[in-house]
Amino acid sequence: MPIQYYLFLSMALFCIGIMGTLMRRNAIIIFMCIEMMLNAVNLLLVAFSKMYGDSSAQIFVFFNMVVAAAEVAVGLAIIVMMYRKVHSVDINILNRLKH
Amino acid sequence: MTNLVYLVPLFPLIGFLINGIGWRRIPKTAGGVIGSLAILASFAVSLGIFFEVKNAGTATTVHLFDFIRSGKLIIPFAFQVDALSSLFLLIITGIGFLIHVYSTSYMHEDEGMVKYFAYLNLFVFSMLLLVLGANYLIMFIGWEGVGLCSYLLIGFWFKNRDYTNAAKKAFVMNRIGDLGFLVGMLMVLFHFGTLTYADFFGQLQGASSGDSIYTWIAICFFIGATGKSAQIPLYTWLPDAMAGPTPVSALIHAATMVTAGIYMIARSSALYNLAPFALNLVAYIGLATALLAATIAMRQYDIKKVLAYSTVSQLGFMFLALGVGAYTTAVFHVMTHAFFKALLFLGSGSVIHAMGGEQDIRKMGGLGKHMRITQITFLIGCLAIAGIPGFSGFFSKDEILASAFAHNPVLFYLALAGAMMTAFYMFRLYFLTFTGPFRGTHDQEHHLHESPAAITIPLIVLAILSVVGGYVGLPPVISEHHTFNTYLAPVVSNFNVHHLEHATEWMLMGVSTTLVIVMIIVAYSVTKRPNFIPNTGFAAVLENKWYVDELYDIIIVRPLNGVSNAFNRFVEKAGIDGMVNGVGKTVRWGSDRMRMLQTGQVGFYIFVMVIGITVLFALSFFWNL
Repeated sequence: MPIQYYLFLSMALFCIGIMGTLMRRNAIIIFMCIEMMLNAVNLLLVAFSKMYGDSSAQIFVFFNMVVAAAEVAVGLAIIVMMYRKVHSVDINILNRLKH
Repeated sequence: MTNLVYLVPLFPLIGFLINGIGWRRIPKTAGGVIGSLAILASFAVSLGIFFEVKNAGTATTVHLFDFIRSGKLIIPFAFQVDALSSLFLLIITGIGFLIHVYSTSYMHEDEGMVKYFAYLNLFVFSMLLLVLGANYLIMFIGWEGVGLCSYLLIGFWFKNRDYTNAAKKAFVMNRIGDLGFLVGMLMVLFHFGTLTYADFFGQLQGASSGDSIYTWIAICFFIGATGKSAQIPLYTWLPDAMAGPTPVSALIHAATMVTAGIYMIARSSALYNLAPFALNLVAYIGLATALLAATIAMRQYDIKKVLAYSTVSQLGFMFLALGVGAYTTAVFHVMTHAFFKALLFLGSGSVIHAMGGEQDIRKMGGLGKHMRITQITFLIGCLAIAGIPGFSGFFSKDEILASAFAHNPVLFYLALAGAMMTAFYMFRLYFLTFTGPFRGTHDQEHHLHESPAAITIPLIVLAILSVVGGYVGLPPVISEHHTFNTYLAPVVSNFNVHHLEHATEWMLMGVSTTLVIVMIIVAYSVTKRPNFIPNTGFAAVLENKWYVDELYDIIIVRPLNGVSNAFNRFVEKAGIDGMVNGVGKTVRWGSDRMRMLQTGQVGFYIFVMVIGITVLFALSFFWNL
């Protein structure tokens, strides 16, 4: 398969991620969109790694996954705490953090 | 003995350290004894050195250690032991010792007595350093030291605002002069590469006279001397220095401090010989000071103020002698003046003591009946300073007058007028204080008493010295052998002084003696029935010291204050403070604006973040940043 297919798929995933992050107000959805952007990058790294026959990029991908897993653990914990406090996961009511 | 010269300043330093560190714990009497013994010990060493120098007649330099060693510049901490410095050692420690003994009684009522003795010892130490130094830098250390000590002692009773102001005035005036000295020193260093006397004067030998660099250095040194030795225009601090305790006045006026300028110029005589213009300047300033101060002294009513202006006037005579090239004569007058001026000041202290602190001679009179010793010694001092034949002042003053006559008769006539005024104001002081009816309160009269032995014995010793002190320098008409000049000859010798015919000299002596006696009679008749109506016209001008202080206030102090205030307002407040505060204000104003970005809307943050990343991405993609 030509590399362009992977590129287009990756770009599509990334753009969906960005748009979701910008448009949605649900914290969990935004979080998932961020993960989607990460995975778009992962996909790209793997595709290029295969194309050049260089496996070092795949190591990066493993690191990315580990970091993303840690991030999910922390991020979800925050969202759970937030829900317990305000009974909502809508980011627009979080403006009380200021002052 | 010469090798032990470091002991001379060491003893007062030890005395200062003991009294200075323990002044809260040491009892008064012990403090006085420690202070006096320290000076007595250095007097003993000085005597040994003096006789050794007198017999050997050579100058030696005692090298202690290198003070500054920087590349080619080496300034040793060395002491110069020769005829000039050993003579000054004797004057400083001898008269200093008598003043210390006197102070043990005079200051006994004062709670700060031990501290006072610590200052006194430090004063003597600084003065010894000044005369002993073998280069200008060591001299300068002592020079600054006496300035500091005069500040501490003039302002000794620091609870009185006027006294502390007098101390500040003395210090500031001295600093102005010191700047001149410092500039002169730097010029010597740049042009001759050394500050050591022996090297410097060695390089001057055979140099042609009148080179402008010599004149500039000589003038700078002289500016230093005008500050320390109270000459026009920097003399006004000395009369105000009367704020200190009376023995301090005696120490400043007789043994230390004010003689420093004379010593410095006499020491640098090799330089001044090459600078005729500077020498003339010294002579004219000295003469002008002598006359100005003498006129002021004639109309003062404060016993110590009269003596203070008389010191300024006598110092003027010394500078006149220096200026006409008669260096040894000036040093001779320093010595005799030290005897009788210390005597007069200590005598006035005894009077003030008896009067319970009163210093106004209008309220005295007839004190001779109650304090015979003080009266007689004071009279001897007056006779000596007036220049009555047989007393020490006669010999030195006559020598100054003769040298002035040989140089330029006009100088002689003016100096003679000064000498006449001296006789008048001293005897006016004497008659008003010791003769006639008592004019104080009944209470004061009841308390009049002769002072204790610790005060009268120094008076008697100084009185004897004031009589016999002059016989080391007999005028040429009496004796061809001038002991004093012979003694000083290896270090300082007179320059360009013409010898007078014996007949001329007899005539000069006759004229001055006659006029002095006439002035004493005038003083007696003026004070016989004293009426103290307020002075008017010219007399009022004299009583107010020619309004010199007011003049300085108008032309220097107030403009300086004005400029300082303007700087404070426009440069300090508006400029520097404005800049510093302006930075703070700008940051605060900017952050007020920037705060608006922090809306707290998470969606907005994310939006900005994405836009930002996109922009960065675009930048790196299109412009390869």
